Parts: sequence; structure tokens; C-alpha cells
Amino acid sequence: MEESVQVIRIEPSKGWVALQLKELWAYRELLYFLVWRDVKVRYKQTALGAAWAIIQPVFTMIVFSLFFGRLGKIPSDGLPYPLFSFAALVPWTYFSHGLSQASNSLVGSANLIKKVYFPRLSIPIASVASGLIDFALAFLVLLGMMLYYGIFPGIQLIWLPLLLLLTLITSLGVSLWLSALNVHFRDVRQMIPFLTQLWLFATPIAYPSSLLSEPWRTLYSINPMVGVVEGFRWALLGTDTAPGPMIIVSSLAAVAILVSGTFYFRRLEKTFADVV
Amino acid sequence: MGEIAIRVEKIGKKYRIGKREKYKTLRDALAATFTAPFQKAGRLLRGVGADPGELDQTIWALQDISFEVKRGEVVGIIGGNGAGKSTLLKILSRITEPTVGFAEIHGRVGSLLEVGTGFHPELTGRENIYLNGAILGMKRADIDRQFDEIVAFSEVERFIDTPVKHYSSGMYLRLAFAVAAHLEPEILLVDEVLAVGDAGFQKKCLGKMGSVAKEGRTVLFVSHNLGAITQLCGTAVQMEKGRLKRVGPSIAVVTAYLSSSFGTEVKSSWSNESLESNHAEVQFKSVRLLSIDEQPLSIVNFNESLLIEIAYDVKIPMRDLSVIFHVYDSMNNIVFESLDTDMPERRGCIIDPGLYLATAKIPPYLLKPGRYYLSFDSFVEGVKLIERLEGALTFDVSEVGCTLHPNRNGIVSPVLDWKVCRSNNNGQMA
Repeated sequence: MEESVQVIRIEPSKGWVALQLKELWAYRELLYFLVWRDVKVRYKQTALGAAWAIIQPVFTMIVFSLFFGRLGKIPSDGLPYPLFSFAALVPWTYFSHGLSQASNSLVGSANLIKKVYFPRLSIPIASVASGLIDFALAFLVLLGMMLYYGIFPGIQLIWLPLLLLLTLITSLGVSLWLSALNVHFRDVRQMIPFLTQLWLFATPIAYPSSLLSEPWRTLYSINPMVGVVEGFRWALLGTDTAPGPMIIVSSLAAVAILVSGTFYFRRLEKTFADVV
Repeated sequence: MGEIAIRVEKIGKKYRIGKREKYKTLRDALAATFTAPFQKAGRLLRGVGADPGELDQTIWALQDISFEVKRGEVVGIIGGNGAGKSTLLKILSRITEPTVGFAEIHGRVGSLLEVGTGFHPELTGRENIYLNGAILGMKRADIDRQFDEIVAFSEVERFIDTPVKHYSSGMYLRLAFAVAAHLEPEILLVDEVLAVGDAGFQKKCLGKMGSVAKEGRTVLFVSHNLGAITQLCGTAVQMEKGRLKRVGPSIAVVTAYLSSSFGTEVKSSWSNESLESNHAEVQFKSVRLLSIDEQPLSIVNFNESLLIEIAYDVKIPMRDLSVIFHVYDSMNNIVFESLDTDMPERRGCIIDPGLYLATAKIPPYLLKPGRYYLSFDSFVEGVKLIERLEGALTFDVSEVGCTLHPNRNGIVSPVLDWKVCRSNNNGQMA
């Protein structure tokens, strides 16, 4: 007759707060609906809709190919320059979109945060997850380009899902930091375009990382997108540069950002409803 | 039965107000980090954000709140604006944390602090039902199961697949409430959501809340609608300025709340000095309740008249001046109002300066036995309100002389003349 009743204790939290990932899992349906809502709304509103996911990386690739590839004559690891840059732009666009969406995600959902309880981590996670559809579409275009250039992936292709995971981890980690900071400091959101711009050039998208000599090259892969981008290129297109140590450093950096971001977010979470 | 559903122990909530926005840009905060020692950076990482040395004021929105709610109880929370009712509900809903104290909740909680949270205008009614339901904590399977009931309750079947941005505000509300009304948690926290919508809708919502309460769920209900509170809730809690003022059976708490916010004086009088100068043209001097033989009273029998005597001072010549009183019952319903300019001879005349005494007679056999409150206004017809006295007097109508049928409905209970005679077979009076 007596079923076990869950008891919740509500009290002030001090210091670092437990992650409560189990609760996040319990609310997974809400996460699904938030993603579904973001995707549906995005595609309902714009006439271009799905095409928008492709236009940005394609046009960037065209501009890069003209100015860096042709005029600047930047080497491209033995691959045709457009393919070289596009393969990097696909994960990069996912990352930079994720950043700009997620950084304002908490503030944008202020009405939810002030009126309903659910694990707030769901909001930036939903932002980052909803970009996957766009990623899939851009990826299809990439496959199309590979077909056009007649380049087929070798056995390294099996690494691709792990690299996708690395992209997700990086995107989520940085998004957690930014979305939490943005609640307290509203200019964070305005800094995003500037930040992404710099980050774009700090990542080997328009140029190959082989331009850098050794100790610098491994060090520079503390930028986790270095590992992601070079890894993508290697897995799909088989560049000469097998990026072993780079990927390890990038992965460690990504995980560090994610873990620290999650703890920081949880710590600030109690202030969200009061400040947002 | 008798198990605790909610226990609140010395909960307090402090808010910082005032200059807390000093470092609202990261740029400023970072600049300060460089120009000041590492303590500032430490504070930033600790999640405080602003420089606390600059914060002047804190306010305790809640202080020392302790109470218990048993399983199945329906508790109303009443109080003036700013009393802390919504803050308490927010804490119990885990939206914000208490500063001190703790609460224990035994069971699944559903919070309804606002209707239509998360509704997106571009999505259809159907899609918003799922979205809003998920936001409120309903599982998809539950929504599927109750979908038809929700749509039927909302009365928007025809438009269920139209984007919600095309809905009228009434439809929007009905749909939002329909979703929320089908939440099935063990503990339900409701904040003021009945304050919107037309009368028909409010009645429907009250009805639904009533059936939810009867299903044995524990409910905490914040409302300004004191009639709803006494109807639905067995117990009530009155809050004032962040503290618990009273806890007890809802009728007792509501009555006490009303009499403390309305005056309990039989006679109230004001002297010249105590009033503000903006009532320059006309000032109430005193208001009194008298029996038919002009004795002051506070209780009048059902079968007796009541005289209301208003003394006021007219300072300058006034045109179209009216004096009005309003009668309210113990549920804060307005029973009736009456003005001196109901008498045709008082209309359209110019009133010279001087002291005036107005007397109005409330006939017997009209007001139901109970407690009533009076407010008074002086105003110029169609131009402005000069002075308002809220809750100036209280009086009771006793049951003496009352031969009415018990459990009488209605706000007033006039005793009418009934003639009954037998009719012949053609339906005519004999």
C-alpha cells in the first residue's frame, strides 16, 4: 500500500553543487521537446529554412577558396582547396552556431526559468543539440563534394563518430560557460561574434596545421577545434597529417572545458531565476 | 492519512536591491579584475558577479516561515501585494533557493505559477499542448492519454491545428489552462492563475480546481479571490510583509484578514488636521451608523432599518457634487451602492460652502444576516474623485426577525410579497 514517495529537500546550497545528472536524464523528454521546438520554429519561420544551414558554410568556402586558396596560394595538404576548407567548415559552422544560440539561450528562456522547475542544463544542451540537423544537411553537401572531386575515405572513417562526439563536447562545454556568464553579464552575447572571428583564425580551417612546426603544433591543439577540424579532414579525406597527439591534446582540453563548465553552471544555477 | 506532504521550517529569502547592477558588463568586471587584487576574480568565480561592497540594501522577502501541510489538504495562501506569497511558492517549486531554512516535499510536485509558460506563437495549439505539458512535467504518454480531454476542456477544437499566434487572448488562456488543469501531480502549487479570463472561464477553472482538490491531492493555492479560497480550501494561511500572520480554518482566516484590512470602528471621525490637503474642496468629517431612533449601533436586526450618517465639509462652491457609499459583504462582493444624487432634487445644484450632514436609510428585510463593510466617496459627476474612504465602517446584520429559508443564495435577500391562490382547471385564478 505504501509506495516509496520521493522526498525532496529544499535548502540553500553552498559552494560547488552536485551535477545531478540522473535528474537531467529524468527530464529527457523535456529536452526532446525543447529541441523539437527550436527546430520546428526555425524551419517554419524562414523561407530559406533548410537552405540556410548550407548557405553559410558554402559561401564561406567560396570566399576562402578565392582569397586564401587562389590568391593567397595557401597550401592545402594535397587536397583541392575548396574541399579542404569545406570539410573544416562543416564542424566549424556547427560549433559557431551552437555558441551564438546557446550563449543567449538562458536569457531567451527567461520566462521558463522564472516560472517552471526543470534542470537548467537542459537549455544549453537543447541549443547545442538542435544544431545537429543543420550539421547533417551541411554534411550531405560535403559528401556531395567528395563525390564530385572523386575522393573517398579510407578506413579512418570509423573515427568519424568519435570526432563528432568531440565536436559536441567542445560545443557544449564552451556553451555552458558562455550561457551562464551571459545571465550575469549581458555583454557576453555581444562578444560572441568577435570571439568566433578570432577563434576561426586560431583554427586550421583556411590553412593546414602542417604550417606549424612541431612543439607549437601540439601546443596549439589546446584549442579543441584544432583536433576536431584536422580529425574530420583526416577521417574523411585522408590528409597526410595523421593528427594523433593533436587529437589527444584537443580531447583533453574539450573534456576539461566541459567538466569545468558543467560545475560552474550548476554553481551559478541558483541565481538564474533571480537575475535573468 | 495524516502524513506530511510539505514541511517548511524557518524559511527566509533575502534579495539584494539597489545598486547591484554596477558590474553588469563582463568588460567592466574584467577591467576591475585587473585593477584590483585577485579578490575580485575570486568573487567572480564564486558566482557572485557584482562587487558586494557596493550593495547597500537587502530585503527579506520571506522571514521565519514554518508550517506543515498534510497529504490531501487544500491550503489557501492570502495576503496583500508584496506579502511574499509568490516568493514562497517559487521556493517550494524549486525555482529559487531559500536563503535560510529548509523545506521537505514528499511527493511529485506540479507548479502552476503562470498559464501558458513556454507557449510559442508559431506552433499550433496541438504542438503547444505537448510542449507546455512537457514543460510542466507531464510525460508524453500522459499527454497522449489526456489529449482529447484537454482539447475538449479548452473549447478550441476547431482551431487546434492553427498557430497559436492567431488565437484570441481568451482562446489562448483556455488552452493554456486546459493543459495545466490536467497535470496530475501529488502536490499542486497554484499561483493566482484564476485572476485572468472572463467570468465564465473563471467559473470553469474554479470547478476544475474543486474536482482536483476532491481527488485527494495536496494543493497550495495563492489567490486574491477570497470567495474561491473559502470555497476550495479547508485551511488558509495569511501572509503579511514576508511573515506568517495567521494559520487556521479558511473562513476564520479570511474573515480576520478582511476585518483587519477594513476598519472595525462603528464610528470613525476625522478632525481637520489629520487629513491631507489635497481634499481641499470637500472633506469627510465623520461617518456613523445609527438605528432608526438615531442611536449609534454596530449590529442591526434583519427586520430593522439602518441609518448611515455622513458629515462632510464643503470648502468652496461645488457643482455636481455627489456623495456615495458602497456596501461590501464578507466575500468582498459589492452588494450595492447608493448616492445622494439618486434623489433628483439633489442633481444639478450648486452647493455652497459649509458643513453638511447626509443621512441615508437602508430598508429592513434586504441584507442577508452577516457582516458588511462600507466605503465612502465624494466626487464630481463625470469629472473626478475627490476623496475615498475605504472600509470605513463595519456592521453586522443579525438574524433577529429573519424568517427566511435557511441556506439562502444570493447577495441580498429581499423579502417579497407572494400571493398564492388556487387556479381552476382553465388555468385562471379562482
